[in-house]
Amino acid sequence: MSARTLFDKLWDAHQVKAETESTPGVLYIDLHMVHEVTSPQAFDELRARGLKVRRPDRTLATLDHSTPTLPAGADGKRPYFTKEAEAQVAKLEANVAEFGIDLMGWDSPHRGVVHVAGPEVGATHPGMTIVCGDSHTATHGAFGALAFGIGTTEVGHVLATQCLLQRKPRSFAIHVDGQLQPGVTAKDLILHIIGKIGIGGGTGHVLEYTGDAVRALSMEERMTVCNMSIEAGARAGLIAPDEKTFAWLEGRERAPKGEAWDAAVATWRTLTTDEGATYDREVRIDASAIQPSVTYGTHPGMVVPIHAPVPAAADALEQRALDYMKVTAGKPIAGETVDVVFIGSCTNGRLSDLRAAADILRGRRVAEGVRMLVVPGSEQVRRDAEREGLHEVFIAAGAEWRQPGCSMCIAMNGDMAQPGQLVVATSNRNFEGRQGKGARTVLASPLVAAASAVAGRVADPRDYLNQEAAA
Amino acid sequence: MSQPLTYVHSRTAVLRDENIDTDRIIPARFLTTTERTGLGKHCFEDWRYAADGSDDPAFPLNQPQAKGCAILVAGRNFGCGSSREHAPWALLDYGIQAVISNEIADIFRGNALKNGLLAIVLSDAEHRWLLDNPGVELRIDIATSSIRLPDGGSIHFDLEPFARHCLLNGVDQMGFLLQQDDAIGAYEQRLEKAA
Ligand code: SF4
Repeated sequence: MSARTLFDKLWDAHQVKAETESTPGVLYIDLHMVHEVTSPQAFDELRARGLKVRRPDRTLATLDHSTPTLPAGADGKRPYFTKEAEAQVAKLEANVAEFGIDLMGWDSPHRGVVHVAGPEVGATHPGMTIVCGDSHTATHGAFGALAFGIGTTEVGHVLATQCLLQRKPRSFAIHVDGQLQPGVTAKDLILHIIGKIGIGGGTGHVLEYTGDAVRALSMEERMTVCNMSIEAGARAGLIAPDEKTFAWLEGRERAPKGEAWDAAVATWRTLTTDEGATYDREVRIDASAIQPSVTYGTHPGMVVPIHAPVPAAADALEQRALDYMKVTAGKPIAGETVDVVFIGSCTNGRLSDLRAAADILRGRRVAEGVRMLVVPGSEQVRRDAEREGLHEVFIAAGAEWRQPGCSMCIAMNGDMAQPGQLVVATSNRNFEGRQGKGARTVLASPLVAAASAVAGRVADPRDYLNQEAAA
Repeated sequence: MSQPLTYVHSRTAVLRDENIDTDRIIPARFLTTTERTGLGKHCFEDWRYAADGSDDPAFPLNQPQAKGCAILVAGRNFGCGSSREHAPWALLDYGIQAVISNEIADIFRGNALKNGLLAIVLSDAEHRWLLDNPGVELRIDIATSSIRLPDGGSIHFDLEPFARHCLLNGVDQMGFLLQQDDAIGAYEQRLEKAA
């Protein structure tokens, strides 16, 4: 057989029926993750047609987007933002009960943001196809799984048939060589990549991240990178699995056990791009040249190193983005006054992210006038963080320690910023109004976010990390 | 379940902005609905209304000449961002039947076509001409994948053959997938054996 890319192998292995000129291929889906926002209409469709869920055992649901991040009151009532939000959650609870699907719900120790909780319980395996009605499904690509977001109609298709109609996308290799400098994180790397290839640069492609700098990343860092593939327009991002992947997965609840584990690992080891295989597109990135990076505009491709001047607007539309953000071309983002800091989301809401933020906040205080929310990505992250006492670091610094959920990443549960406020956020989208009408979002790493909370201005974490080294 | 769609005939309305994301098309706070309908009134919500809730005249689609237009010509990379199908639902409910750009985000395009909202990608030059000439009357013909211009000329566009077949015949893809039951069953058997 001719040399194949990792993506080719995943694609080929899931063809129920190959595509023809007149029909797309039928692609089998190994794991379907479901949450409350994009599923209700799909379940209604099943009911209207009298259909069942084909493989409840390959379907896993959680509650995350509309859920409050404040605890239930003394009366046991959860502080939902709206009646609609509460009804939406209740509808998912009813749907999973009716169709026999596992739910990581309110009473589960595993509830969390879908792309944090799924890998954490070991549901995500190398070699799988994984979909979810959520564009950041690409996160699971960190394990060498072909994972992508789908719309609600397709959620219905997968529920009913465990398959999707798909034409094969093109492949795009992102080779990252060199070494990330201290204080520069996986988030800075992916922001840099998006800035380089542009927010439409990956449209129609599946990205594969390769190279020394990618191999050096931990699993959590790899998830951060793959997570934001969609912000470059790509539906999926992949990293070939390796020993780190297997070590991370072993022993998790939904990972294979015993002999099945050994057999699985043997198969997973073949999931690499063959020598001599070609991609449709390739770029090379030098990791050692990357600085802590921040966005300055209204999409994730408008990104600069933290001390670099904001570029002049190329046209009226870019000027509109600068005006919305109230930033001035020629001035750096470092030093801009901060109102809110948000640490969380499926991009940077994992334990290592909270540790990084806590390293900066330990023994320091959030600046006067700054509101800081720390929202763990899952119940598991919350427990682990509390076991290490990270929550005490955050609370002592004056931050709010919340319950798991999407929270200010999408701002549909009531956690949001006020018009005009500047938010330094570890999430993935800085679109107009994403964090509340009129809110201005600067995307950054947990280190930059924490440093900015302390400084009250967008700040370089290396100033704080160096202080520690000197002390 | 869907209605056959053979053509769209309308004047164009233009939103020149590039990268119009799904949060701008339908802000997340309206995603708590469990229905597909009724989202039109929130389409472009934070862009189209003034602070007092009245129509903001600065929003291009509030201009009198844009009223009733079913064809939206938009800047590059329309529909980027989230996978929310609420975006095409909102546009359709608002009265848009076709979106034309020189680049349309993948997930949005797939979602749109599955709901009978045409998502058409043209060359940069064709797109620029449409951006610069708002209000022209176009007839988009699905069977021939062509757009008839006011001067009688026509532009061809690519439409995935299966999507075209489904649009023209009102075929829904769920029905097609359900017919693949044997092949899916056979695949699952191979899968169990391999495990
Ligand atoms: S944290 Fe944000 S990006 Fe991730 S699933 Fe939730 S809303 Fe989507």
